Amino acid sequence: MSDVKYSTDHEWIRVDGDSAVIGITDYAQEQLGDVVFVDLPDAGNKLAKGDEAAVVESVKAAAEVYAPLDGEILEINEALAAEPGLVNTDPTGAGWFLKMRIGDASQLDELMDEANYESFVEGLD
Amino acid sequence: MTAAANGFDPALTQTPLNDLHRSLGAKMVPFAGYEMPVQYKAGIMAEHMHVRKSAGLFDVSHMGQARLVADGDAAVALERLVPGDIVGLAPGEMRYTLLLADDGGILDDLMVTRLPDEPETLFLVVNAGCKDADFSHIEALLAGEARLERLPDRALLALQGPQAGAVLSRLAPGAGSLSFMNGAEMAVDGVGCFVTRSGYTGEDGFEISVPSDAAEGLAARLLDEAAVAPVGLGARDSLRLEAGLCLYGHDIDRSTTPVEGSLRWTIPKRRREAADFPGAGTILKQMADGPLRRRVGIRPEGRAPAREGAEITDEGGAAIGKITSGGYGPSVGGPVAMGMVLRAFSAVDTPLKLMVRGKALAARVAKLPFVPHNYFRG
Repeated sequence: MSDVKYSTDHEWIRVDGDSAVIGITDYAQEQLGDVVFVDLPDAGNKLAKGDEAAVVESVKAAAEVYAPLDGEILEINEALAAEPGLVNTDPTGAGWFLKMRIGDASQLDELMDEANYESFVEGLD
Repeated sequence: MTAAANGFDPALTQTPLNDLHRSLGAKMVPFAGYEMPVQYKAGIMAEHMHVRKSAGLFDVSHMGQARLVADGDAAVALERLVPGDIVGLAPGEMRYTLLLADDGGILDDLMVTRLPDEPETLFLVVNAGCKDADFSHIEALLAGEARLERLPDRALLALQGPQAGAVLSRLAPGAGSLSFMNGAEMAVDGVGCFVTRSGYTGEDGFEISVPSDAAEGLAARLLDEAAVAPVGLGARDSLRLEAGLCLYGHDIDRSTTPVEGSLRWTIPKRRREAADFPGAGTILKQMADGPLRRRVGIRPEGRAPAREGAEITDEGGAAIGKITSGGYGPSVGGPVAMGMVLRAFSAVDTPLKLMVRGKALAARVAKLPFVPHNYFRG
């Protein structure tokens, strides 16, 4: 049974045991507009929470995506190289960014659950 | 990733179409002191493609409009400030030219039309961010010679795309017979407007100068046409970039000359021979010897866009210039850019590297425009 958490930077983090799959939320893709390129890190890289993990380029601008947790990159979504628009069409599914081995599980407690994230987003408009 | 700033900001000026933009679901952003729509619900990509295949309506009311009036021909006066052929404009004819400083630096780029019904008077359209400085400059240097009449009570609409001619002809039968870079007074849906066949997208189209109090009604009427969709500043930028057109303050500015900006075509033989425009010494010398650096088109080879400010190097890693405009070209289907590079690297197909987030991306100098112009030459 997986558990989905959210960051204030509009990332979703699907926790599965000691690893997590990370992407950006529907709200984030909506704000960015048409995604044309995603610059992903290499598998094997170790990131600290708050490090730049990826850059999403839309027609409009580039936006950084920060690591929501410490950890090591296990896998990146190779499909985004050919089809970056998956981030818009399926942000929480086929548009995932990367999979990490969780370095410090206690950091999960600092993330929001879905209900908290929804009220966080409502507060932004 | 910040939330859209859609609240009212009293520091920003609103155009007469502000309510219409909001009712169409526009995302409003600050631009040159104005609150402007960057995109509507369709999004930048869809809006861009709509202009290339059908017709898009842009609010460009933030731009500065003015008349230049003299006792004789205002064109004679204006030629003291610009290097273009203004005196030679036929009544109704329009030209792109540059306001130059004494050292040859570009103060702004602008459109000048000789009015068909008052052929000694010129109609000027200048950039929003420069309009106060431009108008003061013109008034100061032409004092006693010509009088500038600002037109703050006029909005400016741009209708752009291959369907623009058919659409506007239904509301203004005379519009269809205008050729590219010509203008005329005409009633558009019953409203007296000054219409030019011009634009900033590379497509056929019109710019419509309309009294502010009639602008919303006319815009709504144009949007009733099935072919027409509203288009924001986001797609305006990607369209003009694909068309290879300069954005003042980015591709050209106070520190670039017309030669460095690859705009020597705006200086005709008569003006070169007379050498009677600001900065003529510097500019003519650059024409003869070649400039140190030059604006070129650049095509990154991968999918990553290179944005304004990215450093350009040669294949060995030596710095040779900077990206001045860059992004994704929806019609090209990949990244496109313009940059200022040392002349030795300005030939088409020259391999370059673009420094993006610490990586050197392969790119080549490319011919401009990226997308062929589709103007109506009558």
